Amino acid sequence: MSSILPVAFDGIAYASWLFLISAGLTLIYGVMRILNVAHGSLYALGAYAACSLAGAWLGGGLPAAGSFAMLLLAAVLVGCIVGPALERGLLQWMYGKDEVVLVLITYAVFLIMEDVIKLVWGVDSLLLPEPYALPGNFSIGGLPYPVYNLLLIALALVTGLALAWALYRTRAGKLLLAVIHDREMSMALGINVDRVYLATFSIGAALAALGGAFTAPAVAVTPGIGVEVIVLAFAVVVIGGLGSLGGAALGALLVGLVRSATVRYWPEAELFSIYAVMALVLIARPKGLFAAQEARKI
Amino acid sequence: MRIAAAAVAAVAALSGLALTAPQWLVFMAMLALAKGVVVLGLLVLMRTGLVSFGQGLYFGIGAYAAALLSHHWHIADAAAMLAAGTLAAALVAALLGLLLAGYRDIFFAMLSLAFSMILYGVLVKSAALGSTDGFNLHARTFLGLALTSGMERRVFLIAGAVSVAAVALAVHKLLAGDWGRLAAGVRDNELRVSYLGASPYRVVYVNYLVAAALAGLGGALAALAVGHVDPETTYWTTSGEFVFIAILGGTQSILAPFLAASIFEALRTVASQYAPNVWQMSLGVAMLAIIMFLPAGLWTLAERRRRPA
Repeated sequence: MSSILPVAFDGIAYASWLFLISAGLTLIYGVMRILNVAHGSLYALGAYAACSLAGAWLGGGLPAAGSFAMLLLAAVLVGCIVGPALERGLLQWMYGKDEVVLVLITYAVFLIMEDVIKLVWGVDSLLLPEPYALPGNFSIGGLPYPVYNLLLIALALVTGLALAWALYRTRAGKLLLAVIHDREMSMALGINVDRVYLATFSIGAALAALGGAFTAPAVAVTPGIGVEVIVLAFAVVVIGGLGSLGGAALGALLVGLVRSATVRYWPEAELFSIYAVMALVLIARPKGLFAAQEARKI
Repeated sequence: MRIAAAAVAAVAALSGLALTAPQWLVFMAMLALAKGVVVLGLLVLMRTGLVSFGQGLYFGIGAYAAALLSHHWHIADAAAMLAAGTLAAALVAALLGLLLAGYRDIFFAMLSLAFSMILYGVLVKSAALGSTDGFNLHARTFLGLALTSGMERRVFLIAGAVSVAAVALAVHKLLAGDWGRLAAGVRDNELRVSYLGASPYRVVYVNYLVAAALAGLGGALAALAVGHVDPETTYWTTSGEFVFIAILGGTQSILAPFLAASIFEALRTVASQYAPNVWQMSLGVAMLAIIMFLPAGLWTLAERRRRPA
């Protein structure tokens, strides 16, 4: 019994992280039908920006608690600058292409951004331990546990609820849902689809960067940190059903709990377990748990 | 016939290269050949309208099967290793294909990616197979003939060129005939193909099997060239590289994958020497340029030159 609690807690903490990195991916896919490989680079960009901003903040001798605001600022900056730049500068010329071709285009963006990050921040790893150490530890089942993970869980909850509220309870969200449902009909009814796309991609980019920014204090930020994140986020999103926000939440929880249980009882199978869950879900439900049904076209 | 002539010419050229060129060039040619044959498999799949982001699975299986043969069962014959790589990949694909042949589009791509990542996860954690480091392999004979050191790669290149040319011709024959037209039908409108009485599932299954076997052969060839295998062979970035080369070459001709793979390897050798930090960036830019300006791949240029419009 004593081991269940830490395992569940670990799983939920990991699930929160997974949700943060996959919410933007599923949103972008739902609206724009782009499975964005560059999501991993946006995540990495968020982590690097967080290191620079929070590093500058702490280096300036300002109160350490403010570094959390810097993490948020990093995500907002990436969302407001890099997101629109990518969408307006490149993706807007690509709409209407085949989904698989769009994957390749964002794959190319990913390759480019990997090197851009190396050129800007160098190849050495960056460390930002202060925000992680600041809230201290608490004890769970006799084991010390970082309070930072609680923060991560809260952040994921707030993000998820805010997204759900914005989507289902606001005018802008309903316009977005209309575009998801039928793009051409929405255009005919006077919805500015270009603007919806721009907003969606920017929010998605900000979410990816948010995931990266809040991971940065817990890890060493090195080139290539986005590479594994992409496939993890893919797995979560595909499990939940591409384009479904609730699906991403459930997928994240499923993967998080399975992973923490495997790490506890059969550590060799950690990576294996995540993708095995994905394969099993796809075998049972070929389009994921919450995917919309589509009519057959002749 | 023109394709057959091109294949014979390519084998002759590669054999000449194998006997005279410096070691590094022989090594590069082998890698290009190995990747070319994997991408040839992708081409077969793409003719069916499917893209796999998990060919690294079979590339890795081919490489590990070849390596295990020499390392654990002490059969150090290069020809046996190539056969083992191809067979092992085909066997696994025969099983997974039963499932994957029911998927299309992005779901096919993602599920094949999941399977390759599962193998990666297993290999990384298997201490007996060297975990992330992998292990070395040595081929000491070829068809029973002992190899003197320094000659191995040269012999492998000739053997590889001959077997790949034979396989490529077989693929060309397959795609040029009824089967190829059926595959194009599945790509364009699957439902109508089944109304006409053919089974799209079978077409996809067989093409998946062919693609996997080719990737296995490529993996074994690459393992022979490098003399080492590691889990990176099954990682998604390896699979992404294959898709990149496929897009670079285009799918019109079975020669395109080999052309594209050669260009890719040559560029990589130059880039890793002179500009290691912008290599990925140049790849990305090239990929965007190809998608925007030459959506059918570099092969379009070859076609254009031959038939000025």
